[in-house]
Amino acid sequence: MDDDTNTREASAIAIADLTFAWPGAGGVCLDVPDFKVSRGERVFMHGPSGSGKSTLLSLVAGVLEPGAGRIVVLGQDLAALSARARDRYRAANVGFVFQMFNLVPYLTALDNILLPCRFSCERVSRLEVPAPAEARRLAERLDLEAGLLDRPASELSVGQQQRVAAARALIGRPGLVIADEPTSALDADRQQRFLDLLLAECDAAGATLLFVSHDHRLSRRFERLVELRDINHVGRRAPG
Amino acid sequence: MSVLLHLTLRSIANRRLTVSLTALAIALAVAMLLGVERLRHDAREGFAQTISGTDLIVGARSGAVQLLLYSVFHIGDATNNVSWHSIEAIAEHPQVEWLVPISLGDSHRGFRVVGTSAEFFERYRYGRGREIGFAEGRPFSDLFDTVVGAEVAARFGYRVGQSIVVSHGAGEVAFADHDDRPFTIVGILERTGTPVDRSVFVSLEAIEAIHVDWVGGARIPGVSIPTEQLHRFDLRPKAVTAALVGLNSRVAVFRVQRFVNTYPDEPLMAILPGATLQQLWSVIGVVERALLAVSAIVVLVGLAGLVAVVIASLGERRRELAILRAMGASPAHVFGLLALESALISLIGCGVGFAMVQSGALLVGPWLEARHGLLLSAGWPSHGEWMLLGAVMSAAFVASLVPGFRAYRYSLADGMSVRI
Repeated sequence: MDDDTNTREASAIAIADLTFAWPGAGGVCLDVPDFKVSRGERVFMHGPSGSGKSTLLSLVAGVLEPGAGRIVVLGQDLAALSARARDRYRAANVGFVFQMFNLVPYLTALDNILLPCRFSCERVSRLEVPAPAEARRLAERLDLEAGLLDRPASELSVGQQQRVAAARALIGRPGLVIADEPTSALDADRQQRFLDLLLAECDAAGATLLFVSHDHRLSRRFERLVELRDINHVGRRAPG
Repeated sequence: MSVLLHLTLRSIANRRLTVSLTALAIALAVAMLLGVERLRHDAREGFAQTISGTDLIVGARSGAVQLLLYSVFHIGDATNNVSWHSIEAIAEHPQVEWLVPISLGDSHRGFRVVGTSAEFFERYRYGRGREIGFAEGRPFSDLFDTVVGAEVAARFGYRVGQSIVVSHGAGEVAFADHDDRPFTIVGILERTGTPVDRSVFVSLEAIEAIHVDWVGGARIPGVSIPTEQLHRFDLRPKAVTAALVGLNSRVAVFRVQRFVNTYPDEPLMAILPGATLQQLWSVIGVVERALLAVSAIVVLVGLAGLVAVVIASLGERRRELAILRAMGASPAHVFGLLALESALISLIGCGVGFAMVQSGALLVGPWLEARHGLLLSAGWPSHGEWMLLGAVMSAAFVASLVPGFRAYRYSLADGMSVRI
């Protein structure tokens, strides 16, 4: 029992006996008996489109509530939190990079990077410099010219948008960074460059990275490869 | 909250054109609502002050509204006259400060001819105690002098010095002219926005004089008395239609009213003009309420437009809302974002609408008053207008909940990835 609690404490993500069904979809879409990611680990999760990757990420983020089971993120059992507290917990501890259209179009690049700081005081309190200065530092490390930061997000190229999204995910050192197909809108050359930057910055921030993609070529750079179908037992378990 | 306001302002700034058109639609609707309310209020005020400074109106016994209608508004006719004898008795009452008799029955090209004393121009008050002013000329002094109201002068282009003929009877088409005794215009009145504008004033003696050789509404056949012979006749009026009465003290108003109402020699009545005007307004007030109802509907249409615009934008914004959710926004935040946006747009609409009415009143108000006798005053919102603005804002608030709830439902259903 103690041992179990310890592993959970040591895990960035610990999922036990999770099931989830979309309302009205008819049938369970996720059934994950056991899945753990250690703190500081860099995990590549592979799965084809429509296999439930995004749903699993929404559950880990606490945006969706599981039908049954436990999800512990960075030592916090999400079920123990109210919906509002889950939102705050996510804001403070989880950074996101999505496939595309990552940014709020009417905000400047800088405002987009600062967005998590507006929803979470904790992220701001972890900064050593004022939030805008940190945003500019991250942008510089991600090869974004300073002049771009004051432009509306909608004027940036896709590659620039993804780097802004990465800066936004990393600002204020969240314990967990979730990247959902962040490179699929980029060409091969840029994919590698983006991945380099993301991995380097996660290392620097000491963040756990959960990277989801259907593209196996990217997995070489990760310590651990997880096939979603290996952890998702939907349709495999005997009825009852 | 500040993050919501920040996002809302940026989002509004990003969609300037749509937002300003929507706000403009609401502003126009609000301007119409407030404009109607203000016109209504001012019209009511103006109406209630068609005659002021007069404590009592005396006439033959009939209904209060009827007496007011024919003596002040020149609508309809008197059932009976008041004998000069009674008029003199009332004028001699110790509480009566002044008495202006009025004699109706003739007309000039569709406008009523009012026989009265020259004191009328001093005593008659309208609005908040405003006196009648002379745009040109002076009150009548000679027997066949006349003073015309502003609208009469404007309609026919009359100037001082012109001569006019009055007709017997009060119809649009007069059947007999007093063309043997023409009048000379000696004065033109300023516009007042009251029935005074539509009147032709002559002396009581002149009314007697033009009827000297008439009997029972027609000229006595074969009898024609030359104007220079008129001084031989007693031109003192035998009867008048009504009289305006001013008292030494308003406290005495009910005492004098009782004196008139119980006058033994003749069935008379005295009314308080203010009270009767209010009574009359309650009859014609239905129209103003209908106007107000129509503009309220216009406001509802404006708000429906607002809801439609914000909901239409929601389709494009689902992705954005999902991003905000991932960044830590709660469904309540998403709800607040959309509701705040609608509320802000309607607040801007209300403000601009009020500014429109205000500047309209400042720019067009004087012209409206001079040209049409319509009062449209500028000023801070009255109590009634605050109530209307409050009602619009409440309706806008309720309307803003609609896109808010929709966004809330989307954000719960979508999670972080938009599912369509």
